[in-house]
Amino acid sequence: MGIQAIQAKTLAKKVMNQENFFILDVRNEEQFKDWKVEGKNVEIMNKPYFELLDGVESIAEEIPTDKEVIVVCAKEGSSQFVADQLAEEIGGEFFYLEGGMKTWSEHLEPVKVGDLDGGGELYQFVRIGKGCLSYAVISDGEAAIVDPVRLTDAYTSFFEEKNVQLKHAIDTHLHADHVSGGRTLAEMFDAVYWLPSADATEVTFSYQPLEGETTINVGETNIDIQALYSPGHTIGSTSLIVDNKYLLTGDILFVDSIGRPDLAGKAEDWVGDLRDTLYNRYVDLDEQLIVLPAHFSKKEELDENGRVMAPLKELYARNHGLNIEEEETFRKTVTENLPPQPNSYETIRHTNMGATFPSEEEQTEMEIGPNRCAISS
Amino acid sequence: MDSNKVLNAEGLACPMPVVKAKKEMDNLKSGEVLEIRATDKGAASDIPAWTKSSGHELLEQDEENDILTFWIKKS
Repeated sequence: MGIQAIQAKTLAKKVMNQENFFILDVRNEEQFKDWKVEGKNVEIMNKPYFELLDGVESIAEEIPTDKEVIVVCAKEGSSQFVADQLAEEIGGEFFYLEGGMKTWSEHLEPVKVGDLDGGGELYQFVRIGKGCLSYAVISDGEAAIVDPVRLTDAYTSFFEEKNVQLKHAIDTHLHADHVSGGRTLAEMFDAVYWLPSADATEVTFSYQPLEGETTINVGETNIDIQALYSPGHTIGSTSLIVDNKYLLTGDILFVDSIGRPDLAGKAEDWVGDLRDTLYNRYVDLDEQLIVLPAHFSKKEELDENGRVMAPLKELYARNHGLNIEEEETFRKTVTENLPPQPNSYETIRHTNMGATFPSEEEQTEMEIGPNRCAISS
Repeated sequence: MDSNKVLNAEGLACPMPVVKAKKEMDNLKSGEVLEIRATDKGAASDIPAWTKSSGHELLEQDEENDILTFWIKKS
């Protein structure tokens, strides 16, 4: 009997393994509506802690006794407070999320996507609390990383574990929903930092321009990463074809939706590019390519191993954003009635341009909440 | 703005600012005003949400030099 901390890492494993458990989220309603822990078999209830200051009798009957109960709040304190009261009132074991939703937002979990030619491997890093996906291509002791987030520890410990040296850090576009870790990682390992030049017109640092038809090699067996210019989410958005098997689409195409063209304020200008990328450029590609996006927004997009991936062919059959025949309807779909923009998206863009330097704490605060890079969430 | 009581909750983390605010509020009479100062960023949305759910009235909210100040009228 009593309370116990549960780490974000353990919670992420439970979500990815589709375990059955109960979450009592004690943040206020507005925060809960904005963003919460989601999982296929997760039962969740919201009751703000400040409505439980006099005790938890009011909700005692709604708390299941046949499964694990995890109390969650913004940082930790309130969930501990409520878990304590639950243990006292109901008896038994109650968990609280260590570091709260703040830590949840920052947790990264690497999962293997598949093997590449000549012993290479491709990994997907799932930032499950925020819906960000980044990738590592490793081969012959070398690594390339794609769309890494600012939480570089997860990548550096992965490089150590796999005994690989980072050679290339690649951003498929200038991100608006999270601070990129690309430049930091490149500096740490003396690797090349790649960024599409059309997205880099305002950046303050030097970079290697990622242009269409560039090929980047990883390791001696030459796993190649071919760049394909695919604008629409941003004017520079570039996709990457890895080992002729995988298509890393950045924020252009997701498993369940498509990218939005408005985060740099140019929806009307870029909608034509987005259309052209999705309805022409991608159509010309091998339909057996496995799409690996930079985001997901719904828990249903995770497969049984916690990965987010689908063949291009399947997406052309079932992704609504790829099946809007009329150009005018498409234009309306991607420019009107869009979900709210990601929190602090302008500050995040400026940070990624090297034009502003928020502290660690400010960056955490800026990134709280869902990614909202798709046209519908 | 005038208040009948000032609660200094600076430096306290969630849930303490609200726990203390509730205690202070219990000692006030209807119509009296409690002023709360807090530095925990969570207070910015939690104090107004608590005020609403407990039926009191948030008269004003201010932020200066990272200090959040709230004036709440007891119902």
